[in-house]
Amino acid sequence: MHLEVRNLDKHFGQFHAVQDVSFNVQKGHLIGLLGPSGGGKTSILRMLAGLESPDSGDIIFHGQKVNQLPPQEREIGFVFQNYALFKHMTVFDNIAFGLTVKKMKKPAIKERVQELVELTGLAGFEHRYPHQLSGGQRQRVAFARALAPEPQLLLLDEPFAAIDAKIRQELRTWLRELIERVGITSIFVTHDQDEAIEVADEIMIINGGRLEQKGTPWDIYKQPSTPFVASFIGESTIVDEVSLLKGFDHEQSHPGIHALIRPEYIEVGHASEFPFLSATEKGTVKHLHFRGSQWLVEVQVGQHSLITYRSLEKETLEIGQSVHVMVHRAYLFNDQESWIAENRLKQDTLSMFI
Amino acid sequence: MRKYWIPLTWIVFSILILIPLAVLATGAFDKGTSGFIAALSRPEARHALMMTGLIVLVVTILNGLFGIMMGIYLVRGTWLSRRVRQLFNSIVDLPYAVSPVIGGLMIVLLLGPDTVIGTFFEQIGFKVVYAFPGMVIATLFVTFPLMVREVMPVLQELGNDQEEAASTLGAYSWTTFWKVTWPSIRWAVIYGTILTVARSLGEFGAVLVVSGNIINKTQTATTLVYQDMENFNVTAANGVALVLAIFSVGLLLLMERAKKRKGVH
Repeated sequence: MHLEVRNLDKHFGQFHAVQDVSFNVQKGHLIGLLGPSGGGKTSILRMLAGLESPDSGDIIFHGQKVNQLPPQEREIGFVFQNYALFKHMTVFDNIAFGLTVKKMKKPAIKERVQELVELTGLAGFEHRYPHQLSGGQRQRVAFARALAPEPQLLLLDEPFAAIDAKIRQELRTWLRELIERVGITSIFVTHDQDEAIEVADEIMIINGGRLEQKGTPWDIYKQPSTPFVASFIGESTIVDEVSLLKGFDHEQSHPGIHALIRPEYIEVGHASEFPFLSATEKGTVKHLHFRGSQWLVEVQVGQHSLITYRSLEKETLEIGQSVHVMVHRAYLFNDQESWIAENRLKQDTLSMFI
Repeated sequence: MRKYWIPLTWIVFSILILIPLAVLATGAFDKGTSGFIAALSRPEARHALMMTGLIVLVVTILNGLFGIMMGIYLVRGTWLSRRVRQLFNSIVDLPYAVSPVIGGLMIVLLLGPDTVIGTFFEQIGFKVVYAFPGMVIATLFVTFPLMVREVMPVLQELGNDQEEAASTLGAYSWTTFWKVTWPSIRWAVIYGTILTVARSLGEFGAVLVVSGNIINKTQTATTLVYQDMENFNVTAANGVALVLAIFSVGLLLLMERAKKRKGVH
């Protein structure tokens, strides 16, 4: 289903939960609403479901405004954070609920439930009660129950939050494949960026009730449009005195500028490892942490402490060693604007050599 | 110390409950079985027991209905402001704090024959005070918190997730109530019902004030016992009282059984 949201606004008492949020979702896409807790993600999801009504703004399904429609008539499936399974019903009855309510014929219900039980790998558990299932199984039941009435839009509120880390990974992949197979437009809420990046076609970053950015995980990582997005996605260090960084000194003309530097923007090593030494600066290794597949290096450059990774294939560094550090690029921002800057010396040196 | 406390507890328990019950039973039969039967087969006794039965029936149905509704509104009624719900929540407990006699008096002062509302009802041929409706209202007043207080904690514990899930699956409120909410609060309603029945069987003060205790008209089993005692008809009083006591004890045993079946205690 094609979904459109225009200028959505919602207060809870004095608290401005959702502020002027607008977006479009293409049919069949899987969208992740990502952001810190209390940022308004769940409120947006609940308004889409009709469980909360917006103060102002429009929710449009298939070009039709649905603000006035109750949840019963919106043709949505909702998976709750704690699953909200019907405790006194078996797995079968839970999944069949939406079909029974629609007064479908018994054999048809049985067939549809059977289909979903197979799809979600719950065969053999039909007659168990929710309290007899593991967390992962409950999640699957919640999922099957939401899909049973063939909704047009699937909404998932922190679908993996209550599951332990190991199974969560498995379920993510499973969910991704399942949604692809069913081909249903889906929106899920999460505060876990790995989850959003891994599962979603597109991510919407929500913070303080506002939509900060919407785009594919790669776009958001590569081209964050606000400082919040830049610092929220991936790892980063903020540097306040940009002019002290070699290759970025010309950027100091902008007032109140800060730089956000990701570990992967930085290269650290001995002088022989860099083709353009002029673009590097000197630093000392402050800490070394072994991270399984690579070294996490904390390096002191002037007054800044930067973080980067170093391959195990390269010569191992030692604490206190003096090294060269090259900052390839930085995400620069002040109160008004933000942009990405490449290391100028790296470019210049290149042209000089040619 | 324990050596003394256990017998002491038993002695207090006996003085308060067991011995009076035994005296009641022997008192009812001090003129033999025929005396007991005679006491119960008096027309006023039969009428009084029937009145009590009717009141119990009507009150239990009404209290069940409105008690559940009140519980749901107090817990789920987000359309009411928090303050309003808190206010109502404390008002629900009022009958616990107010003496039943005062409760009865309030009804007489509000709906009695000398009041505006009372006159209005009397004119349309509906007598409230000193008649059956008034007695039902008085008993309702006394029993009102019982159902609400049983249902509310269960609803709070349950949360509204399951109800919201039902609504996203296409179920409207009536279906949601019967298929999702009701199975969860069923046992609370059963306890509430049993407590309501027991309380309305034994209600005396409020009913006495409101009914006027008119023999063969508005007399209930408890007010008949009171009148028999006044008339020094001790055997008859004991007989009717014993019937009431047996019903109450039976009900409480039933509740214990119900709790065991549910597996809570």
